[in-house]
Amino acid sequence: MIKANGLVSITDCEKEDILRILDLAEQFEKNPNPHLLDGKLVATLFFEPSTRTRLSFETAVQRLGGRVIGFSDAATSSSSKGETLHDTIKMVSNYVDLIVMRHPVEGAARYASEVAGVPVINAGDGANQHPTQTMLDLYSIKKTQGRLNDLTISMVGDLKYGRTVHSLLMAMRYFNPTYNFIAPPELRIPEQYRIFCDDNHIKYHEDTDLNSVLKTSDILYMTRVQQERFTDPVEYEKVRNTYTLRNSMLDGTKDNLRILHPLPRITEIATDVDSNPKAYYFEQARNGVFARQAVICSILGLV
Amino acid sequence: MKASHTELIVRALKNGTVIDHIPADKLFKIVSILELDQLEQQITIGNNLESKKLGKKGVIKIADKVFKAEELNKLALLAPSARINIVENYEVVEKIDLSLPESVHEILQCVNPMCITNKQPVSTRFDLLDRKRGIFKCHYCERTVDLSEIVVK
Ligand SMILES: [Zn+2]
Repeated sequence: MIKANGLVSITDCEKEDILRILDLAEQFEKNPNPHLLDGKLVATLFFEPSTRTRLSFETAVQRLGGRVIGFSDAATSSSSKGETLHDTIKMVSNYVDLIVMRHPVEGAARYASEVAGVPVINAGDGANQHPTQTMLDLYSIKKTQGRLNDLTISMVGDLKYGRTVHSLLMAMRYFNPTYNFIAPPELRIPEQYRIFCDDNHIKYHEDTDLNSVLKTSDILYMTRVQQERFTDPVEYEKVRNTYTLRNSMLDGTKDNLRILHPLPRITEIATDVDSNPKAYYFEQARNGVFARQAVICSILGLV
Repeated sequence: MKASHTELIVRALKNGTVIDHIPADKLFKIVSILELDQLEQQITIGNNLESKKLGKKGVIKIADKVFKAEELNKLALLAPSARINIVENYEVVEKIDLSLPESVHEILQCVNPMCITNKQPVSTRFDLLDRKRGIFKCHYCERTVDLSEIVVK
């Protein structure tokens, strides 16, 4: 359950939590500026830079009438002077009603939520969790498909390290999905997630060929394939080309197909896809503000 | 009936604890992690003994020693198949079945170098995720590990 001490991991969310957040997000989309956070102060502590995520959170807060303090990278924070995370969190929780934090170290947000006197929202802890990203992905799926149940979701690209993929995969377990995992052998979905699917009776299919799943998919969830995952640059170039979605490939796909991507994209979606009505990644980012408003107000008990 | 070699070792102990059915390759790891080399009491260690179940097994018997719960947890993590016999006056008075703890505080180290517990002064905590497969999950970084990968401090 989403606890009063914040939202650290999507694995803490039960089905009811997810549905409630998505309903609230829908209300915030209809009316994004209710003054629910009047007089409230939120800290955005970004121990590593992520302008996209920080702006999304700060927009969510300010549109609700709240105010923001914080820092945008570790160089301007006291941690650069060697202060422990414990001490920084203790200090900041004296000042604010809620902490939003991003940290390169995995488990940092869980730890912060245990020492802070105020709720903590995890805005990314290394390769581990980024639960509001998952909420906005779920919201985007529900909004574009009209439902969450019984969808065929194809996840493409870096399925080994892609935390957004892992979180979405786990969060969708309540909704009877069918997954296609499309990745080069080097970036195959890890065994623990295949076991997770088996344990939860989720149907899945693994392939290296993106074209093989395009016509049957409801959602195409594209991810970035990063060069640093490859020791051989030639192999990287090959993979990068194979996993690039081009507009021509969308001929004959389902009308309801929507293409999602956590952004920023590099080359995995060609720019000629952008004008296709099935491209949804920019609206997806906009949904992040509503999903975050929903999470913030829910945790603070304001809705 | 002729008593077997291992039974003789067990019976030779007057009061104390016998750890039997230790996989041979785990024996010295257990000695080191439970700091049995620091004990003052009489201790007998046998290894590479014949075992129908394990092929080769180890046995440790320690005079005048009863393991604490935390030590038993460490044992369960290192050698879940081991059997603990408490001996009083040459008789086995209690057999303890090792079972994996639901939650393990401090004694495991996270294998993930990017975990907060390896970066800052934060004590570790693991939760048992799957008893059958022996899989634990780090409470902080959420990395899962099975018994073959865990690092006991
Ligand atoms: Zn860890």
